Amino acid sequence: MQVFKIPESMKKGFKYTFCPGCDHGIAIRLIAELLDEMGLQEKTICATSIGCSVFLYDFLNVDCIEAPHGRAMAEATGVKRARPDKFVFTYQGDGDFASIGFAESSHAALRAENLTGICINNTTYGMTGGQHGPTTLIGQKTTTSPMGRFKETYGYPVRIAEHIALCEGTAFSARVALDTVPHINQAKKALKKAIQVQLDGLGYGFVEILSTCPTNWKMTPEEAHERVKNEMIPVFPLGIFKDKTEDN
Amino acid sequence: MVSYSDKQLIKGNYAIAEASVKAGCECYFGYPITPQTEIGEYLSQRMYDLKRGYVCAESELAAINMVIGAVSTGAKAMTSSSSCAVALMQEALSYACSDELPVVLINVMRAGPGLGYIYPAQGDYFQSVYGGGNGDYKLTVLAPSNVQECIDLTYRAFYLAQKWRNPTMVLADGLLGQMMEPASFGEYPYPEVDNSSWALTGAKGREGRAIYSCARDEDEHNAKIRRLFEKYDLIAKEETTWEEFNTEDADVVLVAFGSMTRNIKAAMKVLRSQGIKAGAFRPVTLSPFPTERLNQLADSVDKFVVVEMNMGQMINDVKLAVNGKSDVKLVNRPVGEWLSVEEIVAGVKNIIGDKTYASV
Amino acid sequence: MAHIVIDETRCKSCFICVNTCPKGLIKKSDRMSTLGDRYVEFVDENNECLGCAMCATRCPDMAITEVYK
Repeated sequence: MQVFKIPESMKKGFKYTFCPGCDHGIAIRLIAELLDEMGLQEKTICATSIGCSVFLYDFLNVDCIEAPHGRAMAEATGVKRARPDKFVFTYQGDGDFASIGFAESSHAALRAENLTGICINNTTYGMTGGQHGPTTLIGQKTTTSPMGRFKETYGYPVRIAEHIALCEGTAFSARVALDTVPHINQAKKALKKAIQVQLDGLGYGFVEILSTCPTNWKMTPEEAHERVKNEMIPVFPLGIFKDKTEDN
Repeated sequence: MVSYSDKQLIKGNYAIAEASVKAGCECYFGYPITPQTEIGEYLSQRMYDLKRGYVCAESELAAINMVIGAVSTGAKAMTSSSSCAVALMQEALSYACSDELPVVLINVMRAGPGLGYIYPAQGDYFQSVYGGGNGDYKLTVLAPSNVQECIDLTYRAFYLAQKWRNPTMVLADGLLGQMMEPASFGEYPYPEVDNSSWALTGAKGREGRAIYSCARDEDEHNAKIRRLFEKYDLIAKEETTWEEFNTEDADVVLVAFGSMTRNIKAAMKVLRSQGIKAGAFRPVTLSPFPTERLNQLADSVDKFVVVEMNMGQMINDVKLAVNGKSDVKLVNRPVGEWLSVEEIVAGVKNIIGDKTYASV
Repeated sequence: MAHIVIDETRCKSCFICVNTCPKGLIKKSDRMSTLGDRYVEFVDENNECLGCAMCATRCPDMAITEVYK
């Protein structure tokens, strides 16, 4: 019996262009599996963002609009208001979602837009080569915090999922990780709920995914996953911070 | 033909707003800024009543990107704003040109630079025609001169945006936005454009589509930009429009855009009555600009006097069009009260050396 | 019979699967890609594979394309 296959919602013959050990690949696969399982592929429109996440349209066989940096939630709002019958989600990095696009992200949640937001948090700006970003951990060295992030100059990292959970219009907000098999399975469940709240018209669904950036962290893939466990999860605790669905 | 009874007394901003409804605008996204706020106020109720989309956006950045999102699905959508806030939208306009999306944007100009003030001006000619965004691109820009044209050119903006898949701007100003005039809506006069070949409707029975501006192959990127500019050439060939008055025998031709057209037409009549062979020329499309026609006129016209409410912006395009064949001069005021007919007449006389009636 | 299928053209030699397989059935190969990275091999001489798909679940590149139980 076949227990694993490449999801139908992936583009035929796709090959990921991410670095070895990057969790983007797992996140996209989970989305594709859910689009298959929930029968959504043909009615999906995705707003991609700027950063490594932009290449989603090379891999996922759905309609995509590429948003300027930070504006994915605004474009998704436009799509959803024009075509309320479609399933609309954004796929963004932490810099896109929670730095340059924090206004758009928060206001989409406050307006209770029926949208699903997926944010990959890898504590750095990956595509530009590992700069200090909104989620960079205290003490973390990046190319623009070479002595490590210290609070006096750089302030504090943002806990995105908790922030979005505070918005009245948010129906579901969770933080998940992809470092272990149980965490990956939990991530899929959370993503499914974030999708379901949109389909049920309950409001804004959001999942923050703790992810690796081995290249910019200067680590091997498994060292990077150790870092997720040992350094990121203590600061960004996993869990569901808001859930308006009935079975909660 | 429009019968007299079709007309109603209406403010420019309301005229634009209702014209967008009649043009089939399915979604409006906006953020308040004087002097265009009535457009959003009007549509907040009207779109709700019609069960169409309306979002009071968190910023102009969000508003224009919501428009991009909506039009990417094949829907008609627009936003409206004013000068310093249109500046915020320039990034998205560059994206929309690259993505070839039929965005409609209304700019009711106020005075700049910076926050400036809410009285009218025409300081956004460069911003509109030459663009404030990055890279090579061109918007289609239409400039109405009265409230009736606010309606007509809003209709046309929706059609041109769809037809050419290019962001189209209606460049009005605070004077037009706040002015009441009799005008008639009639019916939206243009055919609907089929957008099924590119719109994002969900990947049903076909491969997933992506609308993006990210370029990863240099040759493809070059080819894409050249193709865009071939399209702009076609737009120029087919859509360039202008008005001219008494140019056949004119020695001096007054050139203005937008609502200043009204005053140069009046000034032309005064100058004619005083024996000066004056004509008037008014581009309706600022981009594409009626370069060829101005160049032809320059064969017989001695002087062009460009009248603008800025420090001289459109005059550059007039000079490029005339290409040294005739003299091109400027009568202007940067911002505020429109140049009166008397001031324009005096300015023209000053330029052509007739001091008899000059009083400025 | 439980087994997995590896698409070497997708493999980026991150070796996450090598660490993940509870039975240690995925090994670094002696063969190398054109970039000089070692491929991974599925070696299951005693039919120990459980078909748990943990390797495929963690593979970031979907290089493990099929799992049978």
